[in-house]
Amino acid sequence: MLTADDKKLIQQVCEKSSGHMEEFGAEALERMFITFPQTKTYFPHFDLQHGSDQIRGHGKKVATALANAAKNLDNLSQALSELSNLHAYNLRVDPPCFALQLLSQCFQVVLAVHLGKDYTPEVHSAFDKFLSAVASVLAEKYR
Amino acid sequence: RLLIVYPWTQRFFANFGNLSSPTAIIGNPKVRAHGKKVLTSFGEAVKNLDNIKATYSKLSELHCEKLHVDPENFRLLGDILIIVLASHFARDFTPACQFAWQKLVGVVAHALARKYH
Repeated sequence: MLTADDKKLIQQVCEKSSGHMEEFGAEALERMFITFPQTKTYFPHFDLQHGSDQIRGHGKKVATALANAAKNLDNLSQALSELSNLHAYNLRVDPPCFALQLLSQCFQVVLAVHLGKDYTPEVHSAFDKFLSAVASVLAEKYR
Repeated sequence: RLLIVYPWTQRFFANFGNLSSPTAIIGNPKVRAHGKKVLTSFGEAVKNLDNIKATYSKLSELHCEKLHVDPENFRLLGDILIIVLASHFARDFTPACQFAWQKLVGVVAHALARKYH
């Protein structure tokens, strides 16, 4: 459950990163494809080489969605409703939540790389909870 | 970080004293000492990369028979270690580096779970 302090920390991180959305999103995806090759199975139609336009574009999409979620922490279900439908009915990233956990890990690595000491245990905890909550909502409609 | 981000893991450290807040956990000498123990053990794995299963055989029995730790927790700790490394090494913790380390923590977790019965 996200406490008031968690919410503050999450929003602070998102504000700090607001100029780097595309970059962070792309890096998280790239790390995910390299570290967890099984995730590439969901993108057979993508050029997955380092720096590809598709990875950059998709990274920006993902990061923007997360930033939007961070602005709607009290209403994640509604804010992510469209994306939830998409992931459940069209994309069917399977098993529910598992691949999203891998992306969550990579996103946190990116934040840790860029924020260094500022990715404190408290921030880490808040963000881990946030990404878990997002993954939960995205998996809500799987069955 | 394990005790802060996944607070239920505190169940294994009932005799560690004050774990009531992130500040308490970060300042707790028993936590530091245990962290050193665990990382030193990881160091052993790195020195014995061709024989990790054997390296962790006794520890696996210990974690099952005496400590009663659900192996899922090894995965959680592994992921946390990766994030700690990322925060210290920043750009030097390249995607290729992360790949190698994620595999390592996976292998260590597997070795620690191997002797469970």
